[in-house]
Amino acid sequence: MSVPTSKIFSMSNGQATDVSNATGMGCADFCESIIEAVKQGLRISALFARPSEGGRVRLWAVLSHDAQAVVLLLYTDLEGNRYDSITPYCPQAHWFEREIFEQWQVKPCGHPWLKPIRFHAPYRVGESGKAVAQIGDADFFRVAGDEVHEVAVGPVHAGIIEPGHFRFQCHGENVFHLEISLGYQHRGVERKLIGGPDRRTVHYMETLSGDTTIGHTLAYCELLEGLSGTNVPAKAQVLRGVALELERIANHTGDLGALAGDVGYLPTLSYCGRIRGDVLNMSALICGNRFGRGLVRPGGTGFDVDGQRRDELLNRLDTLEKDLSVAVGLLWNSSSVMARFEGTGAIGVRDGVAMGLVGPAARACGIERDIRCDMPNGIFQLYQIPVSTGLTGDVFGRGYVRWLEIQRSIAFIREQLRGLPGGTERATPRAAGPGRIAVSLVEGWRGEICHVALTDSEGKFAGYKVVDPSFHNWFGLAYALRGQQISDFPLCNKSFNLSYCGHDL
Amino acid sequence: MNYGRLALPVLALALAPLLPGIINRTKAVVAGRDGQPLLQLYYDLAKLVRKGGVYSRTTSWVFRAGPVVGLVSAVAVLTVLPLGGASAPVSFPGDLILMAYLLGLMRFFTVIAALDTGSAFEGMGASREVQFSALAEPVLLMALATIWLAGRNPASPVHGFLFSLSAMYSRLSLATWVRSGPALLMVAGSLLVVFLAENSRVPFDDPNTHLELTMIHEVMVLDHSGPDFAMILYGASLKLWALGALLAGLLVPVRTGNTWLDAGAVILGLFVLAVLTGVIESAMARLRLTRVPQLLVSAGFLSTFALALILWS
Repeated sequence: MSVPTSKIFSMSNGQATDVSNATGMGCADFCESIIEAVKQGLRISALFARPSEGGRVRLWAVLSHDAQAVVLLLYTDLEGNRYDSITPYCPQAHWFEREIFEQWQVKPCGHPWLKPIRFHAPYRVGESGKAVAQIGDADFFRVAGDEVHEVAVGPVHAGIIEPGHFRFQCHGENVFHLEISLGYQHRGVERKLIGGPDRRTVHYMETLSGDTTIGHTLAYCELLEGLSGTNVPAKAQVLRGVALELERIANHTGDLGALAGDVGYLPTLSYCGRIRGDVLNMSALICGNRFGRGLVRPGGTGFDVDGQRRDELLNRLDTLEKDLSVAVGLLWNSSSVMARFEGTGAIGVRDGVAMGLVGPAARACGIERDIRCDMPNGIFQLYQIPVSTGLTGDVFGRGYVRWLEIQRSIAFIREQLRGLPGGTERATPRAAGPGRIAVSLVEGWRGEICHVALTDSEGKFAGYKVVDPSFHNWFGLAYALRGQQISDFPLCNKSFNLSYCGHDL
Repeated sequence: MNYGRLALPVLALALAPLLPGIINRTKAVVAGRDGQPLLQLYYDLAKLVRKGGVYSRTTSWVFRAGPVVGLVSAVAVLTVLPLGGASAPVSFPGDLILMAYLLGLMRFFTVIAALDTGSAFEGMGASREVQFSALAEPVLLMALATIWLAGRNPASPVHGFLFSLSAMYSRLSLATWVRSGPALLMVAGSLLVVFLAENSRVPFDDPNTHLELTMIHEVMVLDHSGPDFAMILYGASLKLWALGALLAGLLVPVRTGNTWLDAGAVILGLFVLAVLTGVIESAMARLRLTRVPQLLVSAGFLSTFALALILWS
């Protein structure tokens, strides 16, 4: 029997609660409740396992209810080392269940493609008890036949990018199936966070995925402020919002340039490369670091913006808007570029919902999904940025949604800076309460960032879960390639531009 | 054989690596960058010949033969290549077929050297190269046939001995352009397509890309290194020169009778062509791979129409 979603404990984004408040249930109910909730339009934001008393494993699920702006918390204590997989009924769970299998040797029975997503040793010895495979050693889905050939790319690539392995099953130039194997960037960050927060924690957060420094650090700080009940000054809320949107503009600009580069269209590539640097320099103007390191801190921000620097930022914003309109306008106005973008790597809205895509990749399919609107926290509770959606779900859609978001972010920053509140920029953070659980969601430039923390009896982290938006979207990339030309893969890949280290952690 | 004419191939050998430099410099200027030096390819070649080669254990002599045969074929092409009114050192009826097949031989060895590595990427690149060049070759021959027809004297009967590149190009004068300008313009258009496609330029291929899955020519030479790679780069620049000279010789109808003046005009035309190539690469994106054959076939139709136009005019 599934538990109705209205009966499951819910709280808003950035809140904390006692662990005992979360809804516990039997394993079968747990699985059915998730399946039922997802059918009703909820999403799996996190699904992970933690060790429980007596060597058992507790499965936690964080479901996002966008329509009601709440997150649902539910858990189950597993009796054995196996349970019935929910992936066959709920494809969103696919990657999460593989991760649970990899980390805790808990087998989701009936999972259609069960294998680890990384190559590290499991956190505990399960029933199989076998040592984990060598790095890069994995079974791949294969298509048999004389005319089918396999193309393996990576983990060492010809460009300077992160390592990942891609297996294409091809028929001539057409791709039947693409399988993506990651895990080469695994650092064990989540385990290092246990026992925190300490002086290192915030630096781990800043480097979870280097291009999402602000996004991840913001998610962490809001989580910590929820756990400790710290109030953040208004000025800090504004500065955090400005930094988050600057990060979005910088990365989206870089992506649009790279998309142009992948089809060999040089003008936009060159201009966007330069303009991205200008945006990063705006972040550096605020905090001295182009990626915003040191800016977001628990309790507020590490740096203040005075009147002079605010005026400088506003000036640069005007120049930026003008330059970008020209550089990106070239892209939409050249038919040779549009011929490459349109119809390439299209994902339908139903598939996008089923896979649980997030961020621009989801919005390009027409899914209205944006944490800044659905479950706003911080400055976004007071100022709503309109959700930018596309309809086509192809490379053009993902590119154009980025352009819409850039324009709206520029407008947001301008308005926020003009009305920059006075006062202090940082409150002294209090200590986190004991035995609590908190969930924090932030719309990073790639999509929904989810951080979940559980504290022990002393208020230290007993468990910390990070779900990077890439975790939701990697399968979307593989899916988008079906029936496409293999030569269009780099273009599709760039239109998603997912993080490897954010996924591997 | 006129030994003075040997100057043409020597000039080509010396100046060909300048063309990629001009193209890259143009792209840089359009993009607002400073760009690499004009003589970058010379520096690269000098660097590469001083290096050692790296050979995979799975490759055979075929892999090593590829670059050598490629370069020798390209040099051989230069011996029958006129520069507009300036005739080549060697010319005989049908030498244009020899030229087409020397280019074919060069391609064939590049392709089997690529296949010899057993790499999936190189196999893909080889398959694309062969597919596209099979479509580009008829366009080239059709275009040359049209040029030959345009240059013949309508009053006199067809002379077989005129069916050589040098003879064809020396008969192309301003008068020919006045007589059958539209047809020659169409031929020039189709030759431009062949020039861009065969030299793996945008919109057919992107010489700058590092993405293995989208490359055509560059992916086939991924495993070559050191002097072998120098031979490939040099051979490619000679090919660029040769196909460019066919186009520039058509578009620059300077026929003074003075070899040096005629050749100089065409070389100037070649440099302008390199600038034009840079502008094209700056102004448009690459075609989707499935569209490449369509454009090549269109170029084929263009030159066929030009041929028909001249036959029935």
